[in-house]
Amino acid sequence: MLRYITKIREISERLLKEGKVDMVIGFRKGTMPMMNEPCFINKPEGVDSLVWDSNCGINLANYLTDRKEKIAVIAKGCDSRNIVTHIIENKVKRDQLFIVGVPCKGMIDRHKIASMFEEEIIEVAEEGNIVIVKSAAFEKRLEKSEVLQENCAVCIHRNPVIYDELVAEPVKEQTETDRYKDVRRIEEMQVEEKNNFFDNLLSPCIRCYACRNACPLCYCPTCFVDESRPQWLGKSIDPIDIKTFHLLRAFHCAGRCTDCGACQRACPMGINVRIFTKKLEKDCFELYGWESGLSLEERPPLDTYKPDDPDLGI
Amino acid sequence: MPDWEPKIVAFLCNWCSYGAADLAGINRLQYPTNIKVIRIPCTGRMSPKFILAAFGKGADGVWVSGCHPGDCHYMEGNYYARRKFTLFKNLIEHLGIEPGRLHFSWISSAEGTRFAEIANEVTKTVKDLGPSRHLIKKINAKVA
Repeated sequence: MLRYITKIREISERLLKEGKVDMVIGFRKGTMPMMNEPCFINKPEGVDSLVWDSNCGINLANYLTDRKEKIAVIAKGCDSRNIVTHIIENKVKRDQLFIVGVPCKGMIDRHKIASMFEEEIIEVAEEGNIVIVKSAAFEKRLEKSEVLQENCAVCIHRNPVIYDELVAEPVKEQTETDRYKDVRRIEEMQVEEKNNFFDNLLSPCIRCYACRNACPLCYCPTCFVDESRPQWLGKSIDPIDIKTFHLLRAFHCAGRCTDCGACQRACPMGINVRIFTKKLEKDCFELYGWESGLSLEERPPLDTYKPDDPDLGI
Repeated sequence: MPDWEPKIVAFLCNWCSYGAADLAGINRLQYPTNIKVIRIPCTGRMSPKFILAAFGKGADGVWVSGCHPGDCHYMEGNYYARRKFTLFKNLIEHLGIEPGRLHFSWISSAEGTRFAEIANEVTKTVKDLGPSRHLIKKINAKVA
């Protein structure tokens, strides 16, 4: 990790000194454990606050939307795929960006770790593949593979797909992962079971829209939840409004979602909101052979068609 | 519930299915009155919001119908719509709407007979499922 950090700082300092970029978007240590926060650095002296560890789950592509200046961005595998999506959707230009690629070995799941202990966690550190969790009373060592974010555990694009410079050698991609196990489990359920499952899943939702705000895909000037003429969606925490919100939010990400897990990570109630987008991701892959964010040339699935597409019409 | 009749919202493309409904009427073909027609300029104009709003306000079924793939008045609107439909139908059924509440069909403006047939079919399927129970927003449900 230290090697990563040194390299990230070195590249950032060089770029800022040479004036190649106006700012660097990266991570700095957060005020709470397991919560590294995004930071914008525009002076070479500032690069010392940049860090990298397994708590950098926020998707930095989210901060590139409609930016005009020259930006260096620290990008792990999923961030780089979202940057590709951003470029395709004309939200940022490729020549504005200097992408510092970070081969990623997965981020740790803060909800999972927090739920493992009753006491308040005051520090989380890492030593290789061991995560050390400290509270006022104890210190515990955990295997990193056991506390990975679910999306990282099944990730098959750990290395950036687009970059100008890598901070380290590419890591080995995971090949033997069952990416859609959770989706299939729901698909096999009966109608009533599905309804109960989703009602339970969403019952803690407080409609804070953190999932939407953390998502790099959600950049509409007026979100459908805020539209008032016509008002598609009630503002209350009525269970149907909540369900409709999650359904539509997911649908807006159809064919664009890279399963970066930012939504789930952001959720203060720890709801697995990825389960919605995951279904669409699976369908896009199975029906249209599409994985988002891998190529600048191909058009996303809902922006193109084939005459012999699968047809559900009568 | 022997007397129960379903409410079905039908979004029909102006250039084909809407004309087919007209033709069915002109030919005095019988089809159920459960279908409430909303005219849209093209199935490409359909948004999932429309479908969810219909269900939310109490529709027991939703039927969207447009031109046969390849015959779109705007060249390619229904091709895009087809992809959107497919993903949306899969998603909404994944979330627990019964298969059979949401229907899509392709009917040209010359197919009045086909329109009546499909209208019958859709109505029958929805009727067999019974009143809609999911995704309906119950107004004032929690007001004490």
